[in-house]
Amino acid sequence: MGLAFYLAFKEVWRNKGRFLLVSLVIALITLLVLFIAALGEGLGTNNREYISKLDGQLVVFLEKSDYIITASRLRQSTLRAVRRVEGVDDAGPVSTSNTAILLPPGSKNEVLKVSLLGVEAGRPGFPQLTAGRTFLSSTAREVIVDQRVLDRTDIQIGDTITIRSTQGVEDNFYDLKVVGTTSGQAYFFQPSIFVTPAVWEKIRPKSDAELGNTVPAINIIVVRVKDPAQIEQVRNNLLESVKNIEVADIQTTINNIPGYTAQQGTVQTQGGFTLLIGILVIGGFFQIQVLQKVPQIGVLKAIGASNPVVGAAAVIQISLVTAFGVAIGGVLTWLFSLGFPPTVPLFFNGTASALALAALLAIGPLGGLVSVIYAVRIEPLKALRLS
Amino acid sequence: MSVLVHSSMPSVFTENTVQAKPIALEVRNVVKTFPTDSGPINAVDDVSFSVRQGEFVALVGPSGSGKTTMLSILAALLTPTSGQVLIDGQDLAKMNERERVRLRREKIGFTFQSNNLIPFLNALENVELMLRLNNRLDKAGRMRSAELLARLGLGERLYNLPSQMSGGQQQRVAIARALIHAPTVVLADEPTASLDTERAFQVVQTFAALIHENDRAGIMVTHDLRMCQYVDRVLQMRDGKLVRVYETREEILALARGGEHE
Ligand SMILES: Nc1ncnc2c1ncn2[C@@H]1O[C@H](COP(=O)(O)OP(=O)(O)OP(=O)(O)O)[C@@H](O)[C@H]1O
Ligand SMILES: [Mg+2]
Repeated sequence: MGLAFYLAFKEVWRNKGRFLLVSLVIALITLLVLFIAALGEGLGTNNREYISKLDGQLVVFLEKSDYIITASRLRQSTLRAVRRVEGVDDAGPVSTSNTAILLPPGSKNEVLKVSLLGVEAGRPGFPQLTAGRTFLSSTAREVIVDQRVLDRTDIQIGDTITIRSTQGVEDNFYDLKVVGTTSGQAYFFQPSIFVTPAVWEKIRPKSDAELGNTVPAINIIVVRVKDPAQIEQVRNNLLESVKNIEVADIQTTINNIPGYTAQQGTVQTQGGFTLLIGILVIGGFFQIQVLQKVPQIGVLKAIGASNPVVGAAAVIQISLVTAFGVAIGGVLTWLFSLGFPPTVPLFFNGTASALALAALLAIGPLGGLVSVIYAVRIEPLKALRLS
Repeated sequence: MSVLVHSSMPSVFTENTVQAKPIALEVRNVVKTFPTDSGPINAVDDVSFSVRQGEFVALVGPSGSGKTTMLSILAALLTPTSGQVLIDGQDLAKMNERERVRLRREKIGFTFQSNNLIPFLNALENVELMLRLNNRLDKAGRMRSAELLARLGLGERLYNLPSQMSGGQQQRVAIARALIHAPTVVLADEPTASLDTERAFQVVQTFAALIHENDRAGIMVTHDLRMCQYVDRVLQMRDGKLVRVYETREEILALARGGEHE
């Protein structure tokens, strides 16, 4: 083994330029793959974050809504019925919409777009507070905001914010007092702000037809079960005793957020193709190299180097060059990420990044496999016959 | 020129000292048949000879006469169709592939016509490689490697890469590599093919001296009959057969004077 290391290192050292070039190509591929992974993770998180943190295990949708939140409309009576079902600990309504917070003149942007979520205080669907307090009453013009809203604006607890809602043909403005904050609650690529169902119905953007509504429309009902081991049982109970509903778990709900699965699939495909290109590039390089090295390998074998030594040297060399490239790529990625604005959703801390790194380290040995086998199969007789 | 070095030596004396030494390499009725489109051909056809320790032998013959095939068999790179090859009394045919690899690195020294050296190792490292392969590289080995290279006139070139050396210098490094691990047999395929006449004489002369001094059994394939003046015996092949052996100094020198190429 010592000999294999010696041969692998010496060759790389005496051909630094050539091997550095390959390492740089691998570094660029690493950069690309890590960014794609981080973007996928970031986009995914920004899309699902609120749903993935729900304080419940099951989500109730309108029948035939295909688990699509925006396509589901439930009544208050359904909510009451769900709460009575055997095994249900508690259930809370979630109403979703979008709105824009007006920012003071002189800010970089005129408005901050946010997801407007209607939830009942203390019920499933209500976010965990990081500061401040919950709503004083079900009609209080109060709002709980995601930490990202504070990060991107000068808004603080105690401030009054103004939101703009297009209702019918008019733009209406509503003042809300910020009473609490929560963190990590992005939904549908936007930070979320939370109000009570009644306030939500009052201030949300509406079409002409909806203008007269006073009873809050509910999109989904989040169900917390008494015994987490009985989720499937409770699900069946719900379907049996409540009419016109369908029930999903949290993961299914996430996968059916409009565009979520398609987007993650797209990002993963991009990452996969980039890895494939990496494998081909490395495979090509080392194959050309081994073809050029036939006489040299023949001599090595003729003077008594065994096949395991020749094979190990090739594997060590490929791994070395790959690891070096991935390391450079990692540093490059880190440097680049420092320069990216916070609005670009890059998440490097996910398992996605770790997976991408593992895959990147594997592309060298995978790509070089053919060349290693080729090297091991070279006949020592070549040393005599080629000369 | 240096033709005089050996011709002044009494031939009887040479033969006596050589014959007193044990046999290092023995070839018994070796046949190598290759299948070809026009039927099987015997590249080596019933060849027998032996080489003693401290003896330097030349293998000559026209192109296609089977010299390289013979050398490949001696190097355990090719198995004969029939017959026996014994190195230090060990039958190569009775060895498995691992034992043959081991034999090559322990008991055989090699120089090839070209592409001799490992391009990413310098002169000293190329020589030391033979000791590394045998897991025998120590301080003394390093010193011996440098000394041997100095002896071959490369004292100033120890740290040059092959690409920074002339063909003759590379060939001398290869000779050092073929000798450093004290092998039983030293095999050289056309060691002078890429050298000019002057260099060729120098290289073969030093090679011969080292083989004699260290009691190796040396076999050199050559096209250049003038190089035979430094050897103790010449084996001539034709169509795979060993057709003539030149043994006395007179015969050998006459052959060496005979011409550049046969
Ligand atoms: N692998 C092989 N398959 C078929 N025929 C072969 C093979 N190797 C050698 N031969 C044939 O065996 C004969 C001897 O070849 P060899 O290379 O040993 O000759 P040589 O004396 O070394 O010639 P040269 O002086 O040209 O190097 C030739 O006729 C050659 O064509
Ligand atoms: Mg030949």
